Formats: sequence, structure tokens, C-alpha cells
Amino acid sequence: MTHNQSALAVSKLYKRFGDVEVLKGVTMEAGVGDVISLLGASGSGKSTFLRCINLLETPDSGSISVHGETIQMITGKSGAPEPADMSQVIRLRARLGMVFQSFNLWQHMTVLENVSEALIHVLKIQKEAAVEKACMTLDKVGMLDRKDYYPAHISGGQQQRAAIARALAMDPDVMLFDEPTSALDPELVGEVLKVMRTLADEGRTMIVVTHEIGFARDVSDQVIFLHEGAIESQGTPAQMFENPESDRFRQFLSNALH
Amino acid sequence: MALPSYATPAQKLWHYIYLAICSLVLFFLVMPLLVVIPISFSSSPFLQFTPEMLRLDPEAFSLRWYRLMMGDCSDPGITTVCSDNWKIGAKNSLFIGLAATALATTLGILAALGLSRPVMPGRKLIMALMISPLIVPLIITASGLFFFFARFNLVATYPGLIMAHTILGLPFVVITVTATLVGFDHNLTKAAASLGGGVLRNFFKIQMPLILPGVISGALFAFITSFDEIVIVLFVGGPDQITLPRQMWSGVRQEISPTILSVATILVILSICLLTVVELLRRRNERIRGIRPT
Repeated sequence: MTHNQSALAVSKLYKRFGDVEVLKGVTMEAGVGDVISLLGASGSGKSTFLRCINLLETPDSGSISVHGETIQMITGKSGAPEPADMSQVIRLRARLGMVFQSFNLWQHMTVLENVSEALIHVLKIQKEAAVEKACMTLDKVGMLDRKDYYPAHISGGQQQRAAIARALAMDPDVMLFDEPTSALDPELVGEVLKVMRTLADEGRTMIVVTHEIGFARDVSDQVIFLHEGAIESQGTPAQMFENPESDRFRQFLSNALH
Repeated sequence: MALPSYATPAQKLWHYIYLAICSLVLFFLVMPLLVVIPISFSSSPFLQFTPEMLRLDPEAFSLRWYRLMMGDCSDPGITTVCSDNWKIGAKNSLFIGLAATALATTLGILAALGLSRPVMPGRKLIMALMISPLIVPLIITASGLFFFFARFNLVATYPGLIMAHTILGLPFVVITVTATLVGFDHNLTKAAASLGGGVLRNFFKIQMPLILPGVISGALFAFITSFDEIVIVLFVGGPDQITLPRQMWSGVRQEISPTILSVATILVILSICLLTVVELLRRRNERIRGIRPT
């Protein structure tokens, strides 16, 4: 695939928590329609990287651009970097849909309310139109028949599909998946991966942090392997899986597959 | 609580002893409240069960103390003071209680949010200061407030009383909301932020509804604290600030009139209704959403 337009560009991202340097200069670019899988052992910094992209974690240095628009950072009073303009961050976050490992559906709202909430209050869509759009999105992930359920009454797989719908309904430029299947019982993983495959086939730009080697191999355009906060190796699935150059990645694969 | 069929005789014996102890404790707790109710319907001007009442003679019962409480002074047989003070007191207590609760709840939520942040310098000190009205003897708080408020001409004013009661109610809100926030999953507000929600909207739409049970129980405690508070009212309030507890207090001090029992009966019934309604609403809410009590 060839992509002219950059959907997301991250350059030299650094992040430390106290004494631990979690990200050591990670650079990544996703073209429109790219599906990029981030692999790595726990603690390799992949989730932190994803959270830095929409500034749920503030990176210490580095730059992030969404569709060519760079998030402006300044040095705050405490000496730590912070966004220069919070309204820019809030605006860009609405264009970066995020799906969390623990679903994070709002327990006090029904599935439908979870999905339509941001449409009504962030995108300022009229209520009827928002509900209609939410229903369409829920239909797409196969959750329309559960729209009036509260999250506590549906299974983990259904919750995660509802969470995907919540992010997807915003029509984001990039979807960020933070280990979307790690909190699920094994028999529920399939239904979520199926929805994600559908999204990839539609040409959505997706950054997926995952432990699902099969998904990374079959669906992604690019695979990035993170080790201790730095990119250890990257390439197309064919390059990465058929003939892994990196010993560490080979090690990781053999651990993951056994 | 039912005994399993395989219980041994010793277990059965303990089960019944256990029930008996619980019943006794409940009896001692509730009896003083219940005994007030029949006497409040007595026609005798003394706080006692008359022999006629024990014989269930209809003549021995009346609503005269309730009438007196409502400021109806037409009963010729009543020698005690009759005034609108009970009505005024109820109105004032309600007003001061609601205002102090609103203030204490708002401030308490803000304080609890700040104190729950992982990075909060002096957290223990601030917490201790805010809890101190619970620990410091009330009379000390009251006299301190009197001298402090006197400088700002806040003595014998409603704002002064409301502020003083806010201080008393604040610890309850801070404690209950802080406890609720411990169980709050901050990923939920992160999810809201990831969808482009602003900080304020995320708080009111996501966090506030989820910590509401803690907020409500804190607010209830704050209200009840203000509603039956007497020491501060005596120190900081002036002659115009008649509240219910203050009226009861002067009622008991100057004249022992069964009116006070009528008031007490109504307050007991109102409190039972209030707590029942809140509890029912809370359970209904939990049932609908399937949130398990934590």
C-alpha cells in the first residue's frame, strides 16, 4: 500500500516515571488507512506510548502530529512540559478514538448513552441524530440489541465492542487500541478481534497495542516491536514474522506462541 | 439467618443466644425513642403515663400538644407558654440546615477531590485540620467561633450560623467522598478525556454521578448535624435565631411541657421517612444498573 498523507506522526518521544525511563525516543508514522501493531513484553512501554499520543500521559519531550497538526507543548511552572493550549489537545483527542484494556464504559449509563454521550456533548450533534448515529455504530459492532443494557449486565466481549462503538461513533482519524483483548476471557477474544478486523478492512487508521500475534500478522500493515522503551525492530508482517532479524523479537515470539 | 439443617445443638443454642443479644441491643436503642410517642398524645400536662392512658381511656388521649406546637393557643386548659416559636424554629432549622449542607457538600467534594490526588503536599495536615471539628469538643469550637465571628460582626446573624454549621458538616462530606473516591476508577474520566470531553464536563457527567452515593450520605450527615445542633447556636446565634434544638432546650429548661414530645415524635417520623426514601432510591438505582455494593 502506498500512502501519501500522514494520519499520525510521532517523533522522538521520551517519557520517564520518576527514575524509570519508560520511553526512550520512539518515532513512528502512520499513513491514512495504515494498521500498525505494537508488540512487546509487559513493561516495554507500549501502553504508555499509546497514552502519550492523546496526552493522557504527558510526554517529557518529542512531538506528536495528527494530520499534520502538531500539538504545541511548553514548559510549565514546575519545569515539566505541558500542552500550550489545552483546547487544542481536547479538540485533537476527539479525533483520536481510544479503546482501553478495561473497557472503561461508564457504569451509570446504558450502552446507547455511553456511545451517544460524546456525540451530543463534544461534537454537539442534535440528540435524535446522535442517537441514530450511535445506533448505526452499535449495529456495526453487533451490539444494537444490547443498547439499553447497563454495562454491568453484559459480558466483557460485549462491553469491549460497546467501547469500540463509543470511540468509533466519533468518526476518529485514528483509532488507538490499548490491549483491547487482554482483559477478556479467551472465548470472548474472537468477537472483539472480528470487529477490529472489519474496521481494518474498511481502511481505518489503527494503532493497536496487542498480545494477539495472529491479529498482528494477518491484519497489520506494519509491526513495531518495542523493547525497554525503544523500537527494537519494525517492518511489514512478512519481514517480521517470516524472517525475524532481531533475536529479542524471535525470543518474544517463541515465548508468546508457547 | 436461617439455621442450616445440619447445625449441631451447640450451634442452635448459640444461634438463639445471638438473636436474643441482638434483640436486646436493638430494644435498648429504640425504646427511648418509642416511649416518647404515646406520651405525646397524652392529655395530661405532665410527662408521664397516666393510669387512664394505661386503661386506654379515650379521654386520656388528645392532640392538644400538637395544636400547641403549631401555635394554636385556643386550648383553655394549657398554662404553658404558647407561641409561634416552634414553627419559626422549624423554618430556621430547615433553612440553616439546607444552606449549610449545600455549602459543606460543595466545599467537601472539592476538598476530597484535591486530597485524593496522588501528588498533594500536606495532605495529612489538611485532612487533620478539616476533620478537627469532629474531634475538638464542640464547646471549644463554639467559643472560638464566637470570638472570631465577633470581630466580623457575624455573631447573631444567619450567615454566621450557616458558616459555623458548614464547618461542622464538612468533615462528614470529606470523609464519605474521600472513601468513595478510593473505589473510583479514574480510567473512566480518562476515557471521557480521550473522547474530547473538557475537565468540568467530565466531572459533572462521569465522576459526579458515580460518586453520588458518597456525596448523598455525606450531605445527609451534614444536614442532620446542623439540624440538631445546639451548642453553636447558643454561642453564635442571637435571640432571633430560634432553631428547633434551641426551642427544645429552652422548652425543657423553663417549663416541662409535653409539646416537646410532639416535636420529638414528628422528628423521629420524619427522619425514618427520609432515611427510608434515600435507602430505597439507592437500592433501586443499584438494582437497575447492576452495580454491586462495594
